Amino acid sequence: MNPALTTPKTGASFLKSLLNAWSWLFLILILGFFELYAQSETGGTFIFRAYNVQAIAVAASQILLLALGLTLVIVAGHIDLSIGFTTGLAAVVMALVIRGLGVDGGWLALLLAVLVGLGAASLVGLVNGWLVAYLNVPSFIGTLGTYGIARGMALIVAGGATVSVRSDELRAFGNGDILGFPVPVVIAALLAIACHYLLTHTRFGVHTYALGANRASVERAGVDVKRHLILLFVISAVTAGIGGLIYTGRFSAGAANAGEPILLYAVAAVFIGGASLTGGQGTVTGTVIGAFIIAVIQFGLVFCGLPPYWQFVAVGLVIIVAVLVDQSKGRLTGGRP
Amino acid sequence: MTALLQVRGLKKRFGGIEAVSNVTFDVNAGECVVLAGDNGAGKSTVIKMISGVHAPTEGNVQFDGSLLTGRSPEAVRSAGIETIYQDLALADNLDPGLNLYLGRERTRRVCGLPFLDRPEMRRNAVEVLRNLGIVIPDPSAPVRELSGGQRQAIAIARAVHWQARLVIMDEPTAALGVPEQREVMALIDRLKSKGVGIILISHNLPDIFAAADRIIVLARGVVAGERRPAETSDEEIVRMMMGATL
Ligand SMILES: Nc1ncnc2c1ncn2[C@@H]1O[C@H](COP(=O)(O)OP(=O)(O)O)[C@@H](O)[C@H]1O
Ligand SMILES: [Mg+2]
Repeated sequence: MNPALTTPKTGASFLKSLLNAWSWLFLILILGFFELYAQSETGGTFIFRAYNVQAIAVAASQILLLALGLTLVIVAGHIDLSIGFTTGLAAVVMALVIRGLGVDGGWLALLLAVLVGLGAASLVGLVNGWLVAYLNVPSFIGTLGTYGIARGMALIVAGGATVSVRSDELRAFGNGDILGFPVPVVIAALLAIACHYLLTHTRFGVHTYALGANRASVERAGVDVKRHLILLFVISAVTAGIGGLIYTGRFSAGAANAGEPILLYAVAAVFIGGASLTGGQGTVTGTVIGAFIIAVIQFGLVFCGLPPYWQFVAVGLVIIVAVLVDQSKGRLTGGRP
Repeated sequence: MTALLQVRGLKKRFGGIEAVSNVTFDVNAGECVVLAGDNGAGKSTVIKMISGVHAPTEGNVQFDGSLLTGRSPEAVRSAGIETIYQDLALADNLDPGLNLYLGRERTRRVCGLPFLDRPEMRRNAVEVLRNLGIVIPDPSAPVRELSGGQRQAIAIARAVHWQARLVIMDEPTAALGVPEQREVMALIDRLKSKGVGIILISHNLPDIFAAADRIIVLARGVVAGERRPAETSDEEIVRMMMGATL
């Protein structure tokens, strides 16, 4: 082989794998930065303290509960903006059910509340899927509409206030441990594994990637695309709804805006993780890394004593870097994304 | 011997316009019939009536002795007629194996859960492509990294793998460079030698003469003439395409 011909190609592919791994590298870099800061400024450690690790993991879990289902929707070439308030709706509905069943409802009341809360969330997903699949409404607009509707419904059923409830079972659900791991972290981890399996190891996942790349490819292959789209939006709504249930559990109260501050972080985690707005790419592992990058920035900046508002600036910068990386990847493969 | 495909008196009216009328022809197994004609002559409309996309206003289509007219595109495909449209309908982000099996993916069970059998699908894709004379340098790379001719080959391989007995190709070489056009022509030859019937749509004269066993010229929606390549010339085909019915 002619080395003059092969050298530039391997150079480019080295660069390409570097760009593919940039989010891992970036996560290690910021962890290293905060560790250095901790060592030199406080003489302590950042990463090797159980409290810090747990706080970061819980924050990442919150983001992930919205971002996991969203990853599937974005890989299919769509977006789901309604999840922020689907979370709130599920949180409020769950709190109301437990309150309605009285203080002595016990585990049965909790189970019922979980089911009704998830039912309310899947209703939003069904409406999203129906708008996009059957009425051909662009998902950006359609889910912006249901974002408003879910927000309004959550505020209406909550009477405009936070619905606080008293239930030992609920508190255990939101703040307990399983084998030493906080319940929200365990639930997010299980959901991440389930979504990863779905996206990379099942026919459903292949059809999701193909749908994002070229709708005609799956349609001509005989896949029921309308049904597929509805399922995607229901999955997205249900994972966001689970986020709402955990919120209610952690704070013993359901709030209509429970998911609002997390929505943008969830979207950011998916794009930092390698997804593209045009669809057809993105992975669950990427989204998990993205969520951890955001959680580390959030926690780390406060750890350094900076006003918490800096996290918005920092996450905004990371999003822009993610888009630039995605574009230069496209340029390396000859202009094609 | 009855022909593999029999097209009889097809007519298609769109509103008040008669796009196609009285189109009749046969395709035999292992034969390549070229539908030639200028833009707007009605070539695509004819093949859409065969593939089930359009219902004919009049006339019918028989495949292997049974009536196809009125069946859905899926039913026509499962009867053994594969249509390859110009856009190929590939998923660019998936590898050749997954594209070959799209909609009919292979899975195997691990602890009771179905997992995609990517290696198996990839191996089979490599094998089918090798039988068509195509070698893919990296079978695990997404198909967007392949050349136009290789992508065309994957669309054709998909048809062959699922046992199509008639393959319809709508201007397969239109977007390709010269070497890739030759590759596709070679593929058509190999399909013929496997006994597959082919309808090739084209208005490119070198392609028409390279591939055709018979040439059917459409002009303004009607059959302007039918020729064997040996008994006609470029000039005559062009004249017929321009509407000088003989
Ligand atoms: N769906 C349709 N509705 C109305 N007119 C159509 C439709 N499809 C094709 N036509 C008309 O039928 C004629 C033949 O078109 P077509 O079959 O696409 O020609 P070709 O493929 O030979 O270029 C053209 O005049 C075209 O405008
Ligand atoms: Mg045409």
